[in-house]
Amino acid sequence: MKLAPASDQTPAVELLDITKAFPGVLANDHISLVLRRGEVHCLLGENGAGKSTLMAILSGMQQPDSGRIRVDGQEKEIDSPRAALDLGIGTVYQHSTLIGPLTVIENLLLGDSRGLKLDFAGARRRLKEFAGMLGVEIEPDVPAQELALGRQQQVEIIKALWRGSRVLILDEPTSMLTPQAVAELHKVLERLKTSGLAIVFISHKLHEAVALGDRITVLRQGRVTGSIERERIRLSSPDELESQIVALMFGEGGEVAAAAAEVPELQMGIEGKAHRGTDTGDVALGLHRAYAPGDGSQPGIEDVSLELRLGEVLGVAGVDGNGQRALAEAISGQRPITHGEIRYLGAPVGSLSVAQRQKLGLRYVTDDRLGEGIVSALPVSVNLFLKRIGRAPYWRHGHMRSEAIDRDAEALVNRFDIRTPGVEARAGTLSGGNVQKLLLARELSFDAKVVVFHKPTYGLDLKTTRTVRSMIGELRREGAALLISTDLDELIEVCDRIAVLSRGRIVGVVDNGPGAAEQIGRMMIGDVTLGIKEAPEPEVQRA
Amino acid sequence: MSDTGVSIQPADVAVVPPPGLGETGGRGRSRRVAAGRNLLIRSLIPVILALIAGGVLLAILGRNPFTFYANIWQFGIQQGSWEDSAMRAAPLLLIGVGLTIVFRANIWNLGYDGQFLIGAALICGIAPHLTSVPNVVSLVVLFLVAMAAGAAWTIIPAFLKARYETNEIITTLMMSFIGVGVANLLVKGPFQDPTVNIPQTRVIPLDHMLPSIPGTRIHVGVLVALAAAFIAAFVLKRTAFGLRLHVLGANPRAAAHVGLNVRRLIVMAFLVSGALVGAAAAADILGVWGYMRANWNPGYGDTVIPFVFLARLNPLALIPYIAFFAVLSNGGDLAASNANLPTDFLLVLVALILLFMTVIEYFGRRHDLGGSYLTPGLRKALHVPLLRRRTAAEEPSR
Amino acid sequence: MSILHFAAASNIFSKAVLTSLVAGGLLAGVPLMFTALGETISERSGVLNLGLEGMMLLGAYVGFVVAYYVHSQTLGFVAGMAGGTLGGVIMVVLCVWLGLDQIVVGIAITLAGGGITSVLQGAQFGTSYPRLAAPATVSIPGLDKIPVLGPSLFNQPVLVYIGFALAGLLAWIYRKTNIGLNLRAAGEKPEALDAAGVSVVATRSWAALSTSALAGLGGAYLSIVSAGVFTPFMTQGQGYMAIVIAMLARGKPLWVVFGSFLFGISLSIATALQLAGVNISTDIVNTLPFVAIIVALLIFARRSYLPPALCLPYMRGAK
Ligand SMILES: Nc1ncnc2c1ncn2[C@@H]1O[C@H](COP(=O)(O)OP(=O)(O)OP(=O)(O)O)[C@@H](O)[C@H]1O
Ligand SMILES: [Mg+2]
Repeated sequence: MKLAPASDQTPAVELLDITKAFPGVLANDHISLVLRRGEVHCLLGENGAGKSTLMAILSGMQQPDSGRIRVDGQEKEIDSPRAALDLGIGTVYQHSTLIGPLTVIENLLLGDSRGLKLDFAGARRRLKEFAGMLGVEIEPDVPAQELALGRQQQVEIIKALWRGSRVLILDEPTSMLTPQAVAELHKVLERLKTSGLAIVFISHKLHEAVALGDRITVLRQGRVTGSIERERIRLSSPDELESQIVALMFGEGGEVAAAAAEVPELQMGIEGKAHRGTDTGDVALGLHRAYAPGDGSQPGIEDVSLELRLGEVLGVAGVDGNGQRALAEAISGQRPITHGEIRYLGAPVGSLSVAQRQKLGLRYVTDDRLGEGIVSALPVSVNLFLKRIGRAPYWRHGHMRSEAIDRDAEALVNRFDIRTPGVEARAGTLSGGNVQKLLLARELSFDAKVVVFHKPTYGLDLKTTRTVRSMIGELRREGAALLISTDLDELIEVCDRIAVLSRGRIVGVVDNGPGAAEQIGRMMIGDVTLGIKEAPEPEVQRA
Repeated sequence: MSDTGVSIQPADVAVVPPPGLGETGGRGRSRRVAAGRNLLIRSLIPVILALIAGGVLLAILGRNPFTFYANIWQFGIQQGSWEDSAMRAAPLLLIGVGLTIVFRANIWNLGYDGQFLIGAALICGIAPHLTSVPNVVSLVVLFLVAMAAGAAWTIIPAFLKARYETNEIITTLMMSFIGVGVANLLVKGPFQDPTVNIPQTRVIPLDHMLPSIPGTRIHVGVLVALAAAFIAAFVLKRTAFGLRLHVLGANPRAAAHVGLNVRRLIVMAFLVSGALVGAAAAADILGVWGYMRANWNPGYGDTVIPFVFLARLNPLALIPYIAFFAVLSNGGDLAASNANLPTDFLLVLVALILLFMTVIEYFGRRHDLGGSYLTPGLRKALHVPLLRRRTAAEEPSR
Repeated sequence: MSILHFAAASNIFSKAVLTSLVAGGLLAGVPLMFTALGETISERSGVLNLGLEGMMLLGAYVGFVVAYYVHSQTLGFVAGMAGGTLGGVIMVVLCVWLGLDQIVVGIAITLAGGGITSVLQGAQFGTSYPRLAAPATVSIPGLDKIPVLGPSLFNQPVLVYIGFALAGLLAWIYRKTNIGLNLRAAGEKPEALDAAGVSVVATRSWAALSTSALAGLGGAYLSIVSAGVFTPFMTQGQGYMAIVIAMLARGKPLWVVFGSFLFGISLSIATALQLAGVNISTDIVNTLPFVAIIVALLIFARRSYLPPALCLPYMRGAK
């Protein structure tokens, strides 16, 4: 048995009874998982279910507390990423492992230590080969940070395949991609599958899992709550499958119906909401011919004019990296505008500081949740009041009143359903979805009027996504919201009107309604042909 | 926090979270007692280990460690020498408090030598001209001058960091070199006492020095230093400014995002720390020395930094450490010369304390997290079965 | 009186002055060069080495003692590297393996290095400071015949030539080799290096050890060649200067060489001026380069580029 040659029947990888605990959490609780050649295995589960941890164990980034791993039928110890790579297990991690300032080729050569000298010429040849195999085109000498996200994703996949992978792990590869990039990725995966690779695909988007998966396993609170086999997937309709999965993800019995009703993706057909017609509302936020610089090689905003009316949710669509951050930060005050004007409730605010704008009720929910959203070393309670440091009633005469802070923090935690061991827990220990809820609690409380949301739901599970979207919609009642998102479905679901941002400019504004999606899609594709670094239609080069 | 096994290590050992913030749970009396005991262990063990290691070193050098330490006790504490130790503590504590404040903001002001000497030189140059004004006035003026000088010496690094994000380690070090040079130039130039041959300043008349606390020889500078520590502790722990500094230190991008005026905070932190270093110079010159020689540089800052960290950036916890070190250095001067050793031996002791402290801190952290005292790699290398970590699988409750 | 007149009168450009300026600059610049070149290695990999000063002193003392007793300067240099590495081992164990604070440990090493060498020097030699003979030099045929500067520039101990070669070698390593790429990755994004199957701990350990060995070598050169004698705390902040040079040079070896000699010349300019009959305080001369840099920073306001992961310990899988 031990020496038996790996036949097609032997699974590529078997994870047996894996358990892994972190302080206060059992991230993986006796999980077993089998990966087969030529199959895409989808791993689903809410935020914090333990998906990434399980994959970190398979790729040598974490050590299990107990459990075994078999590769091609033989038991192996994977005690470092190197060991995993040597076994042919390549991983595209949830958080990018490309080094921004290094070129694509340097990123690919990293760790590929054959000899002392870097073999640039050889690497270029291999890159070409891989690019041909995947049907994509990649420039070797561009710094990785200057590539579009979809392109970066492809580089990461090539990096994972670079050492002759037999297993490819993709941890939420689609959370930041445009529909086109997702479609491209699907094609790539189909090809890889046929070449005999075992693929693990993690996503929060059920329709992707259903479309792509040969096998689906659902995790919940560190345990496997169920798996769906190949035959069942082939025989069931997508709708049936999705409601089954939702039940597995969020619990049994009575909760199922409720959860299913909450899942937007179950109302699949993207219709587009009727335009709510609030033209009569006062202008809440107006940009007039505004310019702001970008970061490094990223575009800033140029000549942007927008009007957001009270009672309205205005969407901003566009491929990531087209000036979204500059737009959001120009409004919040984090980035100065060089020309033009920003008016808030009728008054110019261009020269006001971040703090002054916040005080007026203009808020910003950042997309960089961990980088600038929270201070991970500080407790949840303090993080909830970070924007109110020094103000009554939490500070009196410059003097902090911890009781008031703790009391109100608990109230917010309850109201926004933030899952935490307590308000004194370090914010850094929260899971991704809960960090986002913390930020929402902070931005939406204390007289928020106009809120800018920047990719508010990426990486969040279905339930949290649902909650966040309904909170955005609720701002219509007393204020307005600007929703900057790369997720077209989300914009169509939530917004009244949608502007399209391309290379830092607004190329058009569309009333949401039937046909809106196509119209926006055309504008966005328009900007693809206008020279955004997206691939031309991939040519199929493989015989 | 939990009783499940742990296999991660703290990523944030670098910045020790100040007490009160960033701690989880820990209610209940036994917890607090345990925490107190832990703190005591973690504070005392490095010192004890360092003294033992220093003793071994002394023995290797052919000196009797017991005599050496007995001498430190004798010359550092007994027969009124504790008063000298207390006075030695004043500048150390002021510098320590100043560094605590900037380090909280994760700003590395390493230019303390320059800031100190500029302040000291100015006092020595100006004080002899102020003998005609009332003592109180001249002392206050001199303190303010030194504090302004120390603060002024941080302006350029502060500006460069606030405006262009220039790394302050480089700029403060450079300003420090410049400060040392300028202080020497002042002492050898305009402030030199023309009546003596060696380059030094005029001596401040005794009755224009800091007064003593009644009944002791200890000058009131010690009280100033203690007051500074208490005020700083309050400011850091209880005020908005303290929290803002902490936020800036823990995540500068978040500080900008939540609307703090990051540039002003950076400049403020620098100025306050520079001013406190300047105050240290004032306390030392006006309390003890009364004049300054060319090339004089007591190098207080370097020896204080270990204790700033030992005290976990807490100004109150700093007080006992500084007291200890003051005794060590005051008694150690004589003990070393009795043992026919350079006083630099004390630096070795301080370094040992620092090294043991970081190690103990590390073990304590792991212990806090419920984990083993060794990293997985080390554990494997050593094959220590006794240190095998508990795993969740072994927990009976699972 | 015109400048020219003044120059002629005070012999400021005389042969002796120029020679002493350049030779002195080299003599003072070489220790800085080795140390700063070393610092570029560990800095690149994300380890800030504030212990350079202590490592230089360890190297200076150990190197001097060996050279003195064994009568071999070569062995002295080797011993100096070993001495510096001693400090490096502490740095590696505490900072790279255990992830403790680099700034604290660096300062501890500086304190310990200064203290212990001073104590040992006292125990060994009391208050006498024995001198070493002048080092053997190798001249480059042809170049050493260049009038005025030739003999002083191109007639140097072998180690100086090795130092220049090392700078070139490092520049090549950084740009063209796996080692260079790994170092850069360890400083830019250690988790990416780890994920690529290269041990961050090993990379950083070797980097920090090389740094300390080079700092020890710089210190040994200082005591054995530049001064010919060991005195306690003889580095006088040169370790910190090396950090400044490495940061300002943005970790580029050739700029480090240039910067080191600029600083070296400024350190020796006082002597040269004395030869010329101009008496300028050493305090002014020694602070001038720093003043110049500060002014340059204020005017050009160039952001110093430092690796994002500098000073941050890396622990696989920590959150
Ligand atoms: N290094 C770590 N230290 C402490 N806790 C951790 C660590 N990594 C993960 N956890 C915790 O383990 C649990 C599982 O996390 P994991 O990242 O595997 O979830 P996930 O299923 O990938 O979620 P998401 O969909 O948000 O990516 C979470 O509660 C998380 O907070
Ligand atoms: Mg995950």
